[in-house]
This record gives sequence, structure tokens and C-alpha cells, in this order.
Amino acid sequence: MAILIDKKTKVIVQGFTGQIGTFHAQEMIEYGTNVVGGVTPGKGGTKHLDCPVFNTVKEAVKATGANASIIFIPAPFAADGIMEAADAGIKYCVAITDGIPAHDMIRVKRYMRRYKAEDKMVLTGPNCAGTISPGKAMMGIMPGHIYMEGPVGVIGRSGTLGYEAASQMKALKIGISTSIGIGGDPINGSSFKDHLERFEKDPETKAVVMIGEIGGPQEAEAAHFAKDNMKKPVIGYIAGLTAPKGRRMGHAGAIISAFGESAAEKVEILQECGVTVVPDPASFGSVVQKVLAKVS
Amino acid sequence: MNLHEYQAKKLFAEYGIPVPPGKPTHTVKEALRNASDLGGTSWVVKAQVHAGGRGKAGGVKLAHGLEELETVVRNMLGTRLITKQSAPSGQPVNCVLIQGLADIAAEFYLGMVVDRSSRRIAIIASSAGGMDIEEVAATKPDKIFNTIIDPVLGVQNFQTRRIGAALGLDNKQQKQLNHIIKALYRLFLDKDLGLIEINPLIVSKAGELEALDAKISVDDNALFRQANLEEWRDPSQEDEKESIAKRFDLNYVTLNGNIACMVNGAGLAMATMDIIKLHGGEPANFLDVGGGATTEKVAEAFKLIVSDPNVKAILVNIFGGIVRCDLIAEGVIKAVQEVGVNVPVVVRLEGTNVKQGKNILASSGLTIIPADDLADAANKAVAAAGKR
Repeated sequence: MAILIDKKTKVIVQGFTGQIGTFHAQEMIEYGTNVVGGVTPGKGGTKHLDCPVFNTVKEAVKATGANASIIFIPAPFAADGIMEAADAGIKYCVAITDGIPAHDMIRVKRYMRRYKAEDKMVLTGPNCAGTISPGKAMMGIMPGHIYMEGPVGVIGRSGTLGYEAASQMKALKIGISTSIGIGGDPINGSSFKDHLERFEKDPETKAVVMIGEIGGPQEAEAAHFAKDNMKKPVIGYIAGLTAPKGRRMGHAGAIISAFGESAAEKVEILQECGVTVVPDPASFGSVVQKVLAKVS
Repeated sequence: MNLHEYQAKKLFAEYGIPVPPGKPTHTVKEALRNASDLGGTSWVVKAQVHAGGRGKAGGVKLAHGLEELETVVRNMLGTRLITKQSAPSGQPVNCVLIQGLADIAAEFYLGMVVDRSSRRIAIIASSAGGMDIEEVAATKPDKIFNTIIDPVLGVQNFQTRRIGAALGLDNKQQKQLNHIIKALYRLFLDKDLGLIEINPLIVSKAGELEALDAKISVDDNALFRQANLEEWRDPSQEDEKESIAKRFDLNYVTLNGNIACMVNGAGLAMATMDIIKLHGGEPANFLDVGGGATTEKVAEAFKLIVSDPNVKAILVNIFGGIVRCDLIAEGVIKAVQEVGVNVPVVVRLEGTNVKQGKNILASSGLTIIPADDLADAANKAVAAAGKR
């Protein structure tokens, strides 16, 4: 088992025929992801990468039974595409697009509240590397070969730092159940806490690694959730110890603007909540190894 | 992107938010004319820089009479103002705002932000006006009054009434506040803002509300549809290297250390800075070359890095995903040859085609120091910088 995606997940690609969409759809298919089609308005009825292309998500869902969607739509139109997916009955959506205006994401979040809990689409991203359940399916832009199948859940705001963690773990023969990118934007589809909840229920996952950074309240919220609701051990890392206050560090959301948003403050909160803190980015593998040894 | 106070006040005026009369001024001559136009015998001169904390740093001054005004403006224009929020070398003062004196009966704080917890727009109000709001949040959190706005329904009257009550306003001022908050919200939405701050919002001795100061920050991600605001960008307020970086789609932030780093991905870039520090060094910059790093981008990144005279060593940390390590290795070699790098370069490659990448670097004949992992890379970079 894994969470969010597996071999059976039927995936469509929004922004399918563009250069970026094409390249990554190809990689996903090669990894073994069940890509059943794509959406590009105006190109419906054609074929691309041997898959059918549709004008709307609704048509794609009707014809293919797709239940997941990955978004490669350019930033000005991406929020609209996410809402279209939610309305068409897609259950899980990964938004890769970087640069979506914050006000658009506020609208997306409000729009998704219209659905009952059981009908609600789960959104990860935007501005993320995507989600992978190693050995099963990949919805994202990550290099699939650095991930090994195994018992550790990973949730992260950063793409390449997540790769770093995965490859340190693989070097120690530690695998991953599912790795989820929640993205580097200030308003995101889902948070660390949302996925901790899923990993806690997943029988294959034995421990969860949370890769956070400066800015925003979500690491602290997740740590409190873990303290109150989780039996599985949580391991955390916060990037940006050396980041100056008030400066944006690459990610739109990586900015220390309020009390409790610096790396040092977050590390303190994590520790208070019983999260095992990875002291430096070269020790992901060794810390996870130690924690796993205690679990099994 | 930040706006200047005078630009923010121009928007306020367009939306019917009361601001004191004032004029942006670029020369001493213009200052005298503007002051006469404004009338009165005393004025406030405010340095127009993209940094808070101006008052304490001498960027806001009173002038009585035209003679004193001339001196104050002369002493301010053309200088660099160093505040606790500015770059270490300060921000250039190329413009001052000349404003009539306000007679203040009470001071408040009124702000609007994209609130990350509720994922909505929030109004922040405080009766502790004129103070650093973060200080108020840390020391007197009960003085801060938060209100979340429903994106579908907008600001409701009861919400502004509650804010007014928290600030202790009378009925007339309540009505003014209602008008101001609704106008701010329209402005916030229309212009894709990330932040509005009025500190202080004052009650004048005549009992009228007025925005004495104004700070606006625009969502960079939305500038594609805010072309008018983009025209208001003041490059003189931005770090020169950071502006150049932006042109090449690189994310660069100047820091104070001597070990430069070049990394793909923002999170990994921050982690690389951190590990340099943990190994006893100081990072000279944050630099994210992005997921799709090309040979050209790598070359531009090197040019930026070596233009900083403080840099004693360079640490390149690339995790090849979509980007192949062999391509990055070729980019590094090309850049080192073209740019003429004369400080030690430590390169750590990992990921797709890492073996080919390492071989290319090893056989290049250049003195590139290869590193096996993150810790090794940080150690070698700190050692290399220490030797110089």
C-alpha cells in the first residue's frame, strides 16, 4: 500500500500537449504510471503519446474513468484548471505549476469547500515536484530512479531537498512508501498535517519524514498534530537556519515574516512536540535509520 | 515588489482613502516649490526608500520654515539611509515625500495581508499605532485584533464595527473606518496585493481618520496582470545583483559571508547555506539556478558570484533530476573558463548521470575540487575559503 497514488490510479495530464507537459508525461508513462489521457482545450479528439486528448476535464473523466490529474498549465491559467479538475470529479490533483498568484489560490481553496468531505478533491502543490509511490506510480517531475520502495513516508516543501533525502535513504537501503511535495507557495492545496494524518493510517508506512523550511505556520501545526494524534514516529528538518528575516529565499512562501516562522523557532517547536529533528541536511539517512531501528 | 509610500498614497487617494496632502520631490528646488504649494509653515520630509524603520534611522524629519526645509531636503537627497530593515549599506534616497503637518489625537495600526493560516485575506488592527507591529505581537498580543475576510462575501459591516470598537472609535469614526476598510479591500483585490500597512492610521484633533503612512507590497506572481504597477518599480531600491539574477530567471539573495553557493532548488539552496554555517563557514549568498538549469544559466550564475569581492570559495551543489549531471559538469567547466574564476570551486554532483558528470570534471584539467556528499562539500569549501 501507499497513499494518494498507486498502480491503479488513472491519471490525466492537464496541459498535456505543451513542451513541459509532454516531457514529463512521457517520463511518468515510462515509470509505469497509468496515464489514460490528457486535456488541452482546442485539441480534443486528437492523440498525443498514444493517449486520447480532450477539450475538458469532464469529457476526459467520462471517457477514461480518470480519478487523478497533474497540472502543467501556465501560471495565469492554472488556478482555473485546478477548479475544473475538482468540478469534474477528480479525487487527487497535483499542481506542478510555479508562479500562481496568491489571490488565485485563495479562490481555489474557497471553491473546493463546496464539496462534501467524501467528494472533495485532494490537492498537493502548487509549485512542487509532485508525488511518487516508488515502484507503483509517479505523478511529478522527480527522477524516479532515486526512490526505493519501503516503509518511510516523506512530505516536503522543496523538490531537490526531497531528492537529497530520498537518495541518502536509498544509499542506506531505506525505501519510501510515498513521497509528497506540498510545494513552496504561501497558499498551498494541502499541508504537512493533512498528509501526516494519511500516513498514520497507512499500514505500510512505519515513520514519516517532514522536510520544512522558513516561513508560514504549517510545520508547527503539523508538529502539534503529531504530538496529539500520532503513534508513528515523525522526523523533521527545517531549511533556512542562515536565512535573513524578511527576505524571500527562492520559494514564494520561504520568507520569515512573523513570530515563529524562522528555522530556529520551528526546530524548537518540533522538538517540544517530540519530533526527531535532523540536525543538518547531510544526516537525513542516518537519522531515519536510527528511528526505524527503534520501530521494528 | 514593494511600492514607495508616495505611490501607495496615490493609490489610496484613488480609492477614496484619506491621506494628508503631500508631494514626491526629487530636488531641493522642487522641494521649495512643493512646500509653498502645500502651504503652511512646517512640513514633514520623509525619505522614500524600500525599508521600514525610517523614523528611527533619521529618514523622517520635521522642518519649520523654508530655510530649514531646504537644509533637511539637501541633507537627505542623494544619501543612503541605513535602517534595521535595509541592506547593510542602506537604501539610496532619490526621492522624499513632503507633507503638511498632522495634528494627531490618536494613532492606530491597520493592515491587510494574505493570511497563510486561514488561506484568506486578513485585517490586522491594533490600538498600539506608530509602533513596530511585530514588537506589539511579541510583547502585547492582546493589543492585536485579527479579522478574516470570506473571499466570496467580502468585508461585512459587523466586522468593521468590531474593529472600530476594539480601537475605541466614536460613531462618526466608525463610519469612516467602514469606508476605509472596504476601500482597502477593493484595492487589495484589484491590484493583487500581498500586504497593505497603515502605521499609523490617525485620528486628527478634528476627529477625522487619516492614513499618515502607507506601505504596499504587490504579489510578484501577479505582476503579469498588473502592468501599471510594474511601471512603478524602482530598480535603485533593489540589490543590483538580485536584479541581474532576475533577468536570467535565477533566484539570488546577497548575504554577508565569503563562501558563495550555486544550487538547484530553493530548499536545497537554503540547506546548503545552512551546512556551510554548521561547518564553520559563512554563506555569501542564496542562489537557486532552478530545476531547468542550462549551461548558459550556470555561466550567468558564476558571473554573479565572482562579482562579489568577498567571495573566497565557491560551492556548487547540484542534484540532477531532470537536469543531467554531465550537462551541469560541462556548464561548470565552460563557465570557469569563460568567466575566469580565481577562487577554489568545490563541486558536488548527485543524481542522474552522476558518474559521467564526475568524469568530465576530473578530466577537465581545471582545479575543481570534487566532493562526494553534502558534508564533504561543506568541509572542503570551508577549508578552501579559510586558506585564502
